[in-house]
Amino acid sequence: MKYLIYILRRLVSLIPVLLGISFIVFFLIRLIPGDPAATLLGTHATPQAVEALRAQLGLDRPLWSQYLTFMGHLLQGNLGYSFVYDGSVSSLISTSLPVTLWLLVSGTVFTLLIAVPLAVLAAARRGGTADNIIRAVPVIGLGLPSFWLGIMLILVFGLKLGWFPVGGFGNDLAGHLRSIVLPGITVALALSPILIRSLRASMIDVLGSDYIVTAQAKGISTARVVFGHALRNAAVSSVTVLGVNIAYLTGATLVIERVFSLPGIGQQMINSILGRDFPTVQGITLVFAIMVVVVNLLTDVTHAVLDPRVKLT
Amino acid sequence: MSTTTILEPTLPAATPRPRGRGRWNAPLVSGLILFALIVLCAVCAPLLTSYDPIQQNLNDAFLAPGSPGHPFGTDSLGRDVLSRLLYGARVDLQVGVLAVVSPFILGSLVGLVAGWFGGWVDAIIGRVVDVVIAFPFLVLVIALVFAIGPGTSSIYTAITLVGWVAYCRIVRGQVLIAKEQEYAMAARASGLPTWRILVRHLLPNVILQAFVFSMSDIVLTLLAIVTLGFLGLGVPPPTPDWGTMIQEGQQFILTKWYMSTIPGLAVVLTGLALALIADGIVDKANR
Repeated sequence: MKYLIYILRRLVSLIPVLLGISFIVFFLIRLIPGDPAATLLGTHATPQAVEALRAQLGLDRPLWSQYLTFMGHLLQGNLGYSFVYDGSVSSLISTSLPVTLWLLVSGTVFTLLIAVPLAVLAAARRGGTADNIIRAVPVIGLGLPSFWLGIMLILVFGLKLGWFPVGGFGNDLAGHLRSIVLPGITVALALSPILIRSLRASMIDVLGSDYIVTAQAKGISTARVVFGHALRNAAVSSVTVLGVNIAYLTGATLVIERVFSLPGIGQQMINSILGRDFPTVQGITLVFAIMVVVVNLLTDVTHAVLDPRVKLT
Repeated sequence: MSTTTILEPTLPAATPRPRGRGRWNAPLVSGLILFALIVLCAVCAPLLTSYDPIQQNLNDAFLAPGSPGHPFGTDSLGRDVLSRLLYGARVDLQVGVLAVVSPFILGSLVGLVAGWFGGWVDAIIGRVVDVVIAFPFLVLVIALVFAIGPGTSSIYTAITLVGWVAYCRIVRGQVLIAKEQEYAMAARASGLPTWRILVRHLLPNVILQAFVFSMSDIVLTLLAIVTLGFLGLGVPPPTPDWGTMIQEGQQFILTKWYMSTIPGLAVVLTGLALALIADGIVDKANR
């Protein structure tokens, strides 16, 4: 019950942010230099076509009225109609969003598989060779372009070894799973350096605390102390770090989908940009922002559930 | 913060000197050397190659690395890859470094104002920051570049409009600490004009953390620019750019694996140099 109230409170506090997001997305079209309708249609458009598009976009009405219409449609889940594809923006997004969610989940799973063992190893062998090597990883990882990493993975595991498909999303569950491995690893390689750094630091903190010394003094095996006693507590602060960075990586999925030809919303956004399909770009930008807001909310709730010291206000 | 720095020199070192104590440290030095080499290559591009980076020569297309006269081969239009790499370094480094300057200035000033005045000013700025942060960095940058139109100046504008929030947050936090300290109160009590207190007294004390962050921000900005190039939204062709080169190479990945690999390695090397510098500066600043 107290969690429910907490979540409700957080949802209410999100209203200003959501309003601000809608404002930015609404104003994107106003940033187009000159007459947006003419720019969108290109140089060969007839004046009649420009006039028609202006009316369709509502650009001939005052700004406040345009925003109210935009918000009214938004609240009904109506994001407008694509200029390029036959159909509404929301139907385009609902077909491609699951692919992006697959990618995010697979990326998170691989991140945990890579980061947790390495961070635990580094913290347990603090100052040793393994620790020094693992500590160097974030420095190298910071400057690695994830899309290039993806191309290299395709080259080695897709083309040379043939273990995974080089692109696309497959047709059935097995195909989905197979084709999401390399993109997931690409996400993980970009995400894990940061997580390793924070998890290692909090593991070292926890391993130095009194209750760990007590546990060791009682003769509990090192493995049990590290995994059973320390990791659980160290994980709490890393949940926040992971959450913040999943939010950041939501943006990187855009490029990774492009590299692996995954039909997700990131790929859809790039195609819409290249096709000058403004309503779709607007809609997807909005969805990306909402995804970040949701991930942040989930992070806070998870943190509150894991750590009883967190005050639910 | 400032009270401990006054005491520090007289305190004996209780623990062995950790990595990064002292004037220089290994990551900083190796990063600076590597970065200096890359900049040198970019600056001396005309001396290192005699080819024009945008001159097409279809008879010599797809030459493999190691071909006579073309140590890194040629691309699908017969342009010399080495020369495109070197001139691309000029473009990407210039845009990458310059694109950090304006968010740094804008964000620091806004953060200064928010932290100092507090109240409703801070509340409004805080809401704006929350909203901008809700967008994934790359998504908003791409959407803005799309809306404003292609070109280098839209890239600067887009990165400034999105990137200032990080600096704002950092500086605001530092100002909240600094304004409670004696020197700030003394400056206020002496009746100095507000802008003078902010710029002459507060700013020098709060800017260090923002500067430290700007070092790793350069890496992220460079990656963002290369990514924009890869997506076809960056520096317009035929200007050489590493991201565009990687993208062009991906089309021929099956047979010409080196076309994407070589410019990618250039990004990795530059990113590594900048990340090492950032790491070294963090160590120095937090000692």
